[in-house]
Amino acid sequence: MKQISGAIFLALLCVFPLFAGDFYINLASQILIAAIFAMSLNLLVGYGGLTSLGHASFLGFAAYASAWFTTQMGLGVGTAAVASIVATMVMAGLFGMIALRATGLGFLMITLALSQVLWGLAYRWVAVTNGDNGMSGLARPAPFGISLDSGANYYWFTLVVFVVAYWLMAIFVSSAFGSALRGTRDQARRMSALGHEVWMIRWITFIYAGFWGAVSGLLYVYYTKYIHPSSLSITASAEGLLSVIAGGSGTLGGPLVGSALLIILKNYASAYVERWNMLLGFVFLFIVLVLPEGIVPGLKRIFSRRQGGQS
Amino acid sequence: MSATIAALEIINLNKFFGGLPATQNVNLQVMPGERRLIIGPNGAGKTTLFNQITGDFLPSSGQIKLFGSDITRMKPHERAHLGLSRTYQIITLFSKDTLVHNVTLGLLGLSPARWNLFKPLDHYQEMEVEARRVLGLVGLGSMADRLVSEIAYGQKRRVEIAMAMAQKPKLLLLDEPLAGLSAEERTTIKELIAAIPKETTLVMIEHDMDTALDLAETVTLLHYGKVIVDGQRDAVIADEKTREVYLGH
Ligand SMILES: Nc1ncnc2c1ncn2[C@@H]1O[C@H](COP(=O)(O)OP(=O)(O)OP(=O)(O)O)[C@@H](O)[C@H]1O
Ligand SMILES: [Mg+2]
Repeated sequence: MKQISGAIFLALLCVFPLFAGDFYINLASQILIAAIFAMSLNLLVGYGGLTSLGHASFLGFAAYASAWFTTQMGLGVGTAAVASIVATMVMAGLFGMIALRATGLGFLMITLALSQVLWGLAYRWVAVTNGDNGMSGLARPAPFGISLDSGANYYWFTLVVFVVAYWLMAIFVSSAFGSALRGTRDQARRMSALGHEVWMIRWITFIYAGFWGAVSGLLYVYYTKYIHPSSLSITASAEGLLSVIAGGSGTLGGPLVGSALLIILKNYASAYVERWNMLLGFVFLFIVLVLPEGIVPGLKRIFSRRQGGQS
Repeated sequence: MSATIAALEIINLNKFFGGLPATQNVNLQVMPGERRLIIGPNGAGKTTLFNQITGDFLPSSGQIKLFGSDITRMKPHERAHLGLSRTYQIITLFSKDTLVHNVTLGLLGLSPARWNLFKPLDHYQEMEVEARRVLGLVGLGSMADRLVSEIAYGQKRRVEIAMAMAQKPKLLLLDEPLAGLSAEERTTIKELIAAIPKETTLVMIEHDMDTALDLAETVTLLHYGKVIVDGQRDAVIADEKTREVYLGH
């Protein structure tokens, strides 16, 4: 049943550009990119119990790295993509070593501080980042010689990456390692007594989340063909965290739903309402009050109660 | 003493919390296969001693050896890989997960499979089979797929033991495994503990001195962090100092 509805949903996603106009196709691309970003953050927040407020570091760093490698170093987009992902993972390894000295609020503050350092660098290190002007004129890749310049083509490309990301992260959370990760979230002390290396499990997860954060950063920079320090801002990190929490942390579908809501609100509300940030705040406040566990688990709960199910 | 290496050897162990001594000059030797009971009133420092053996707390001074190797400064997970397992006085289980998942996490902790990011846990058939077998041993076979949060307190105590037993530890520390149980449940769990094979050395805490005596061969009495009496069960029971601690005030 679940598989059938998943397959139908995927089929709809595939044919979506055949019916929708460019505005909606681009909106959908943005949602998928934000969803990969939120899903990668969810590995830490939902499955690891590690609430990060600096996840935009990975997205922004990978985006900048790709821009720098292609425009300054003359690398091809593909080579630059690999180099950017590797560089982001190395950075995640270093950041993880610093941030994972703490958990809880300490972890949150360190991830925030580290991302603020990057944000400051992006503004100040003008020679590399072009500062507040950002870096523009960036190219999209052309896998197998297929141009991704049309909205529909880029959407399909993003969709392929999204499906692979979703699939691999779904495997990750049900894997032996992912089970251990959830164990460290729920009973860290017990896990070490059972022989699990709690710190190492968290560190590897941090790097893995950094990997998918980097992938979302590449998709993002290909999409906008432009990168600005605001992609490294606390707002960018907080939006990811909001999507995870609103959609349902520790669930696979939650970040997708949360990101869809965020992107749709941002696009619509900013067109019609001047203080759209406030509207965004109210909507998320409403969700947190009505469905404190997030939209996906919340609706599941309501739905199963309607059906008289026990779980 | 004998030529065999002690399963557990504690040498001049001290632990202070701030200025408060919780372990004072403790010396202890538990031989392989032994069944040792540690008794003592509330706050005597029994759990604190366990926490130092497992590595949850580092001692202020002294040494702890597990089968001859010095583990005083080792990380808790490293000690687990040397064959140390424990249960907790306050139940510490994964309450949102099934019983079989709980026990499987114990098996996973000692298996290289725990590093596999790409193979679902439920594809490790042999681990699940083993987890169910051990749950069967503690009489919870039919409840293996229930969530921990749904089962009764006495059953959770048994899951605690199953989780540790599944690891086939060389040294098993049980912290008040009978606490809070009905007389009937106590009998069940005592039988369970009595059936643990001799390859596993047992150290068990109880603060009520009568409940677990028949499980033990040797008894250590702790009081204010110090070893007051230590030796064969009957000698410890008969000792005047034991009566002083338990009846004296
Ligand atoms: N983490 C800690 N920080 C400070 N003091 C502690 C800590 N853990 C234990 N203590 C203190 O150390 C002393 C020994 O406590 P412990 O828990 O080891 O006693 P116990 O013998 O296990 O008692 P019980 O029978 O109640 O379980 C107590 O005075 C306790 O308050
Ligand atoms: Mg205790």
